[in-house]
Amino acid sequence: MRRLALYAAAVLCALLCAGPFLWSMITMFKLNRDLVDTTHNPFWFDPAPTADHVRYLFTDTAYLTFVWNTLWVGGLVVLITLAFALPAAYALARLERPWAGWMAVTIFMIYLIPPSLLFLSLSRMVVALGLQDSTWSLVLVYPTMTIPVSVWLLMGFLKAIPKDVEEQAMVDGHSRLGAFVRTVIPLAFPGIVAVVVFAFTLTASEFIYALAFVSPTAEKVVSTGVPTELIRGDVFYWQSLQAASVLVAVPIALVFNLFLDRFITGFTMGAVKA
Amino acid sequence: MTGGARRTLADREGALAWLFMLPSVIYILALVAVPFALAVALAFSDVTVGDPSFDWAGWANFARNFDDPVFWRALGNTFLFTAVSMLLIVVFGKILANILVADFRGKWLIRFLVLLPWTTPVALSAVAWLWLLDSIYSPIDWVLRRIGLIEGNLNWLGEPTLEMVSVIAVHVWRLTPLAAVIVMAGLVAIPREIEEAARMDGAGFWRRMFEVTIPLTLPVIAVAALFGAILTFTDMTVVYVLTRGGATHSSEVLASWAYIRGISGGDVAQGASIALFLFPLLLAAAIAILRAVRRMEVT
Repeated sequence: MRRLALYAAAVLCALLCAGPFLWSMITMFKLNRDLVDTTHNPFWFDPAPTADHVRYLFTDTAYLTFVWNTLWVGGLVVLITLAFALPAAYALARLERPWAGWMAVTIFMIYLIPPSLLFLSLSRMVVALGLQDSTWSLVLVYPTMTIPVSVWLLMGFLKAIPKDVEEQAMVDGHSRLGAFVRTVIPLAFPGIVAVVVFAFTLTASEFIYALAFVSPTAEKVVSTGVPTELIRGDVFYWQSLQAASVLVAVPIALVFNLFLDRFITGFTMGAVKA
Repeated sequence: MTGGARRTLADREGALAWLFMLPSVIYILALVAVPFALAVALAFSDVTVGDPSFDWAGWANFARNFDDPVFWRALGNTFLFTAVSMLLIVVFGKILANILVADFRGKWLIRFLVLLPWTTPVALSAVAWLWLLDSIYSPIDWVLRRIGLIEGNLNWLGEPTLEMVSVIAVHVWRLTPLAAVIVMAGLVAIPREIEEAARMDGAGFWRRMFEVTIPLTLPVIAVAALFGAILTFTDMTVVYVLTRGGATHSSEVLASWAYIRGISGGDVAQGASIALFLFPLLLAAAIAILRAVRRMEVT
């Protein structure tokens, strides 16, 4: 009886959370005359489903360009983030400087500064650098969101690695730097992968900077391209819109789920004093 | 140990620590601290997209804000949306966390479905909601019509009160999974023995609840609430995609109004002065989070 109630509650929660997407998945295969008839059941097909609108998304819109832009911006931002955050996290987690405590707290606070506070001044800076209307402006600005949170996560993962490992490496003749590169980074690899996923998801989700800095269609990313280019004035390409949303939502959620437990470990370990 | 020649920079921990830290510090100073200072300066200037030269304007932008009913509406909405969402996010997040910590078959599928709202880019999930709340084809309306509760349509994104309900609903929907994950992480961190010990001492369900469980989980719940609050308070995506602030600015919030004035309207200085109102509450919430996290470390 208790188990039955638990299952019922779990299924109800899943339906409430995934509901909009489940309905999107039905909508994206509907024929126009089925879609715009209020007497038709919105949860089923009448007449039979069609893949035309999904195909339209790939052949007649800039969707693939948006996806490609999101991927390469995300990829570059992740690389920049790791290059900056990995050494910083090591310094904070391991090198036992007196300033490590407040520096870590400051970095956490910076993570909480939202784009909505900075987008106007950053847009002036982007104009001053001549990067307006270019996807490169996002490559420049996104690390400001990903570096702080990645430092925090990586700090957690690095603290979990036993100190003996690098001490042994140093006894074996490596310098501190050598020990970091040869023993600590390989051991932190699972954590680094988790940070890659987290940072990428953050960049893919960002909206305000992308909307404020970039307006040409060919330079847009998924999160701004879909809601601005697939809605033209009063014309909504509903089925294609829903397909565009689902096709991004599902892969991100799948990968994110694989790493969820690691994110939780990283965040909670980051808060624990070494 | 190694010979003296190799004990160079790579071994001097103080220097190495700074060398490791410096790139991130410089990046953040250049692209967070400087823009923040610039944001404050812009709020006291007359910079527009057409005339980007910087002239001191004193409190003029703020005076204009205070005379503008839309600004007050946006400010009020921001607080209202945040307060109501935060409350609901915590309640639903706690319930969801209690379900997700249980063991049952098919859990990975449930977890995947439950996390979708949080992991999907907001702009895209808002598009899904835009269709779900359509003024004619909303399936919610369709169901309500079938049951016989309404005739016609509810106009979820056109009628001022329903507009606000819709915006809050989307915020609660997208942030409840995050709150659940935070609460789950906190529940796992609480040592089982404490509750066991209380049970051994003969404490009943309610005493355990009020003297053990709630005090121990309170900091975690506070962290979940504050994260929810910050993410609702500073967000403009939901409002922008769903209503563009509404025809009569009925669902306008500070962030969306700052965007409309500063980017769409080109009045950068005015926009900056609106966005600046986000800062005091943000700072308060950030400090509250730190305090809650400290309390968790003590226990």
